[in-house]
Amino acid sequence: MSAMVTRVVLEEEESARGVEGELLEISMGPHHPSTHGVFRMDVRLDGERVTRLKPVFGYLHRNHEKIAEKASYLAAIPYTDRLDYLCSMTNNWGYALAVEKLAGIPVPERAEYIRVITAELTRLQNHASLIGFLLQDMGASGTPLMYAFREREKILDLFESLTGARMMCNYMRFGGVRVDCSSEWLEAAQNIASSFPQFLDEYEQLLTGNEILMARTQGVGALSAELAVNAGITGPMLRASGVNYDLRKVDRYGIYDRFTFRVPLGDHGDVYDRYMIRLLEMRESVKILEQALAAIPEGPIIDPKTRLRGLRPKAGEAYGRIEGPKGELGFFLISDGSTNPYRYKVRPPSMINLTVLEDMCLGRNVADVVVILGSVDIVMGEVDR
Amino acid sequence: MTQAISVEEIKAAMEAAVPGCRAEILRNESPSAQHSLLIDHEHAVNVAAFLRDDMALRLDFCSCVSGVDWPDREITEKVKVKKTVTTPEGEAQEQDVEETRKTMIPGFLEAVYHLFSIEKKHGPVVLRMRTVNRGGDARLPSLTPVWRSAEFQEREAFDLYGIVFEGHPDLRRILMWEGFADYPMRKDYVPPAEDDVEAVAK
Repeated sequence: MSAMVTRVVLEEEESARGVEGELLEISMGPHHPSTHGVFRMDVRLDGERVTRLKPVFGYLHRNHEKIAEKASYLAAIPYTDRLDYLCSMTNNWGYALAVEKLAGIPVPERAEYIRVITAELTRLQNHASLIGFLLQDMGASGTPLMYAFREREKILDLFESLTGARMMCNYMRFGGVRVDCSSEWLEAAQNIASSFPQFLDEYEQLLTGNEILMARTQGVGALSAELAVNAGITGPMLRASGVNYDLRKVDRYGIYDRFTFRVPLGDHGDVYDRYMIRLLEMRESVKILEQALAAIPEGPIIDPKTRLRGLRPKAGEAYGRIEGPKGELGFFLISDGSTNPYRYKVRPPSMINLTVLEDMCLGRNVADVVVILGSVDIVMGEVDR
Repeated sequence: MTQAISVEEIKAAMEAAVPGCRAEILRNESPSAQHSLLIDHEHAVNVAAFLRDDMALRLDFCSCVSGVDWPDREITEKVKVKKTVTTPEGEAQEQDVEETRKTMIPGFLEAVYHLFSIEKKHGPVVLRMRTVNRGGDARLPSLTPVWRSAEFQEREAFDLYGIVFEGHPDLRRILMWEGFADYPMRKDYVPPAEDDVEAVAK
C-alpha cells in the first residue's frame, strides 16, 4: 500500500480499552489508486480492524456554485458537465429540468425522447465502468475494467458524433436539446442497445458466480434500509438496501411514464447487492432504450420561442431532480429576476452517499474499506464541486 | 413530483403538534409553486421530528440542504412630507416637499431544507430557517439529529456561508481547509488576487 502511514501513540485509548495490539492512524489517499481521484480517508486501525474512519475531501473544490451564480443561466450548462465527468448528459438534464421548472419552459416531444436515449446510454456506460473499477479495486487487474471500457468507448463515440465531445457533451438546453440526431445515429444507438445484453451475459459469466468476487463482497459493508433512508442515500445504493425509490418511477419526469421497466431491489444491502443492482439496472436501461428508439417521433428539438441567451425567469425558486446514475441529482435555483441565478445549489448524490461510509466500514479490515468505497460510486468532480 | 398536502395543512398540523411553534408561509411566485415554511429556531428540532414521524406526512428523506446569503439591503423610497418653508418674501408657508428616505433592511443567512417522503412518495416540502444577522449571531439549530443526510450539507453551509449549526455532531470545514478564514459563497466575499500566493497557500 502506497498510503502514508503515521504511527501515533494513543496511550490513553489503548489503556482504556485494554487492547494488546497497536493502534494505527492511517491516511489513505489522497493519491491512491483505490480512492477514485483525490480523496482521503483518515482511518484508525486496531490491528487490521477499522475503529474510526473520517472521509476528507475538497481537493478538487473550485466553487462551482459561485461560478454558476456569476454566469447566465445558459453559461452554467458547460460547467455542469464537469460535475460528474462520467455522466455529463444526466448532469445537463438535471440542471435543464430545474430551469424549466423555474421559468415554466415546455419541452418538445422529440427532445424528450433524445434526452431519455442519451441518459440511458449514460447510465449504461457509468454502471459498466463502475463494475470495472470495483473489480479493479478487488485485485482483478485489467480484464473486467477493459471489457467495460470497450463498451463504454462505443457509447462515447456515439456521443462524440452527436455532440462533438466524448465526455463534456454540453448537449441539453432548457427547453430541449442542442442539435438533432440523424437517422444513422439512431441506427447506431439501436446497434449498441441490441448488442449490449450480449456484453452483459459475457460479463456475468465472467464475474457473477465467481468465488473470489462472492467471498470479497457478500456480507461486506451491509447498510440497513432505515439508515440508508435517514442518511439520504439514493440511487443504486439505496435500492440495494431494498428501498423501492427510483425517481424515474416516483416523479415520472420527462416521459418516463411511457416506458415499461422494473426497479431491481436488493435484500442485504451489501457490496454484492450493489454490484448486482447495477447489472440488473443495465438490463432495464436496455429495455427503455429499445422502447424509446422504436417510438421516437419527428419534430422540433427545441421550442424556437425559448430564450436561451438572456433568460430572465421571474423572481422565485425551484428544486428540480432526476435519477442520475449515482443517485438523486438535484439543482436548487433562486431567481431574483436578473439574468443569472441568485442562488445555484447542486445536490451531489455521490457526496451524500459518503455520509454512511464510516458506518459501513467499522469493524471491517482495510482491504474491505477499498471494496466498500468502490461500491459507493463516487466521482470527485461532483463531491468537491 | 406531487405535493399531496398543501403548506397550509402542514402549517396547521405542525402548530397543533408542537405547542408554541411559529411558522410562516412564504409564497413562491414562480411556475414551480414550491412554497416554503419559515420556522423558528426554538422549536425547529421538534418540528422536524414531527414532520419525519407523523403518519400522514412521513417526510423521512431530507434531500437537499442549501445555505443562502441575503446581505443588508437599502431601500430608497420617495415620501411626501409637509414642511414649513420661508418664501423669498419672508413669509412662512406650508408646502409639500418630496424627500428620499433610506431604510436599511438587515441581512441574514438562511438554511433551506427540501424534504420528501420515500414511504408516501410525496414532496417536496420546503423548510427554511433564518439567522438573526450575518455576524456573530449567524446560528441555527442543526437538524442532523433528525435527518443524518443533513450532516455533510450543514457542514458545507457552515464552511461556505458561516452558518453555525448548534447541535451538529461534527461541525468542521468540509471543502475549504482548516484555518481558512472567510466564507466564499457569501455575496460580499472578495477572492484573493491570483498572484497573492500567501493568501492561497496558507
